[in-house]
Amino acid sequence: MTLPITIIGGYLGSGKTTLVNHLLRNADGLRLAILVNEFGELPVDEDLIEAQDDDIISIAGGCVCCSYGNDLTLALMDLAKLDPPPDHVLLESSGVALPGAIAGSVSLLQGYMLDGIVVLTNAETIQDQANDTYVGDTIERQLNDADLVILNKTDLVSSDERAQVKTWLSEQNNQAEIVEAQHGALPSAIVLQSFATQDREKSKRADHQSAGFATRTIKLDDPVNADQLAENLASSDLALVRAKGFAKTSDGKTKTIQIVGRRWVVSDASDTVTHGLVIIGHQSNFDEAAVSDVISRATL
Amino acid sequence: MTTIYAAKKIITMNPARPVVSHVAVRDGRILAAGSLEELERWGESTVDTRFADKVLMPGLVEGHAHTMEGIFWRYVYCGFFDRTDPNGKKWDGAKSVEAVLDRLNAAESDLTDADEPLTGFQLDPIYFDNRKITRADLDKVSSTRPIGVVHASCHIMNVNSKALELAGMLRPGINHPGVPLGDDGMPTGELKGPDVMTPVSVHVGFDRDMLACDERGLRDFGKLCVRSGVTTVTDLAARLNDEAVEMMLGVTAEKDYPARVVPLRFFQGLTPAELIDNAVALKKKSSDRLRLGMVKVVADGSIQGFSARMRFPGYFNGAPNGLWYIAPEQLLETYERGLKADVHIHTHTNGDEATQLAIELLEQSLRKHPSPDHRYTLQHCQLADAAQFRRMTKLGMCVNLFANHHFYWGDEHYNLTVGPERAERMNAARTALANGLPMAIHSDAPITPLGPLFTAWCAVNRLTASGRTQGEYEKISVEDALYAITLGAAYTLKLDGEVGSIEAGKHADFAVLEDDPTEVGGENLKDVRVWGTVQGGRIFEAAALSA
Repeated sequence: MTLPITIIGGYLGSGKTTLVNHLLRNADGLRLAILVNEFGELPVDEDLIEAQDDDIISIAGGCVCCSYGNDLTLALMDLAKLDPPPDHVLLESSGVALPGAIAGSVSLLQGYMLDGIVVLTNAETIQDQANDTYVGDTIERQLNDADLVILNKTDLVSSDERAQVKTWLSEQNNQAEIVEAQHGALPSAIVLQSFATQDREKSKRADHQSAGFATRTIKLDDPVNADQLAENLASSDLALVRAKGFAKTSDGKTKTIQIVGRRWVVSDASDTVTHGLVIIGHQSNFDEAAVSDVISRATL
Repeated sequence: MTTIYAAKKIITMNPARPVVSHVAVRDGRILAAGSLEELERWGESTVDTRFADKVLMPGLVEGHAHTMEGIFWRYVYCGFFDRTDPNGKKWDGAKSVEAVLDRLNAAESDLTDADEPLTGFQLDPIYFDNRKITRADLDKVSSTRPIGVVHASCHIMNVNSKALELAGMLRPGINHPGVPLGDDGMPTGELKGPDVMTPVSVHVGFDRDMLACDERGLRDFGKLCVRSGVTTVTDLAARLNDEAVEMMLGVTAEKDYPARVVPLRFFQGLTPAELIDNAVALKKKSSDRLRLGMVKVVADGSIQGFSARMRFPGYFNGAPNGLWYIAPEQLLETYERGLKADVHIHTHTNGDEATQLAIELLEQSLRKHPSPDHRYTLQHCQLADAAQFRRMTKLGMCVNLFANHHFYWGDEHYNLTVGPERAERMNAARTALANGLPMAIHSDAPITPLGPLFTAWCAVNRLTASGRTQGEYEKISVEDALYAITLGAAYTLKLDGEVGSIEAGKHADFAVLEDDPTEVGGENLKDVRVWGTVQGGRIFEAAALSA
């Protein structure tokens, strides 16, 4: 079982916690595991919390939040043993951490596949921070590490300032996609998309920067060959960003199907879930007919 | 019940009576220090002459150590220098890669369980002309059981193929600066940095939390204290959860536990508000031999790891600037909350930029919460210049310099990390004292051996391992060095009213020495023989410690 993991970086005040909470509220059935440096000012909005002990908070919808304190690697190793495993791990790094270095550490661990590095920036303060004597180079290195830069808190700046800071950001890292947000309100499809090697070239195409995402919810009433369905949905022909859901198999069991980029995993699931798939592709090349075709071919 | 100890000489560190012949002890405290005739006027007493041929000093105070050294001695000693274990066995230094492998081989043949890991510590290949140890070397010791040997720095580890295999790292395609690859594209078995070590270290016998200690480790650490004349010792980065606190309270309360332990709560994993609240709560649990309530914050990394934060002109070899381990905003909040709640904070800074940040933020915090006697201390503070020391004095700060570091890694700093000029002013003890800054010096055990007299020797002579004098100007006198390892260190812990000198009212804490450190000459300080200690009036003879 390979867990997809996304690293959320960015300096203090860039809105990492708000983004994480937004993702938890809009997880679309994804069971997220959130790793934070410390619980502190409650990284999770209180109404989402079901239970809490020293190291782990259980959250509505099967999500969990863990604090890693001084040893991130150990926390990740423990998280990989969670049963049932989460669908996606979100690692909120500390404000001065270099997300690229964390990505390097993750790459050494069994059971993880890095999906991407998302770096949040506060539209109002990021340029001042980048000029700071003490943390300026840290900010620059964080931006450099990003696959996706979120220009957050755009409601705090004028449209001219917004355009200016966006240009500045693209000068800092001309490889990363830049998306704007207010209060971290972005769909999980964008934040949790895979920038894994296979997709890197494509997702960084210039024309993709303004492209949106297409999301379809498809019911699966009949039993399917789950492995075949997952493998075909992950084919490069469809170029999907993600697909996730539950399907019934010929022997009456329920399976979880996950597709992240070109990778796919089928695992056992509880019988109480609703059968169906959420499929996310790039708006520019989303081929709905081809997706339907793949599904009908796998249907028994 | 009053006991009057007669000694060949008692060095009191009390300038009003610097040397006396007798000290009277009642209920673990010093009644008086002076002549026999003076002391007998206190009333009925027994004269104890067991120290008649010994030299007594105040019990030595180690202001920066980690009790996990007590744990390390369960592993195989692979260090280059001779070192004594808690039970008094002196381990000869392993002077070559072959010697290290021989020692591991010997330990391996004692293991009975085929899967049991073999664990070593204190390796330092810089003394082997930087000849790297590879997994092939360690595979010769065993290819079937996992083997891991941690370096003296505690930041690098060498492992064998089996250990890599168990961690899923015996594979091609690894792309990480901390994992060097051999010609075959596979890891060489050298793992650099905690993040890289952890996935493997759990398979080679290291505890999950390398900073943690346990009951046996804490007892063993106590023995090391007796052997080095230490009666008050810090544990400078303790996690201090409820279990750990109970354990430490229990062990230190044992009737023959020989040291006063001062654990500082480590900052990581807590917000500033939680950290300070936690320290306030911990302080209330203190006992005489376990002093809780202080806090340790880490601002940057290490100089030899190129993770210290440096000001211009940066690293000598052009390496990029290091890492912050705490954001300035969080450090500021920690200081403000700490000063407000009267919580004593020590901050690790290595690079001079980290030192500068700590100074500026503390000044800012002090304007908000003026505190007449905070004694906030910078630990290591290795690259501070005179201006920084002056400012620290003005702000009421203290410094605890890493004198031992200069000996073990001074050559490395001279040639590689900071270059000759700054290497000569590293751990600038004379400049600190000349500018009126309260100063201690430390070992950072287990990074370097616990032994304040050796630390004093380092500060007095400033020799590097290759035998060069590095920084003639920064040498300090024997007198200043002895002050630094007694009252100087006690001051940084706000314990100078209780320990650090031999005078009326203080705890009866003595280092019992065979030689006189004020007479042997500065070049021989490290060879002063330690008979044992007296702690709280209880006598601990090193040679009589039970195994």
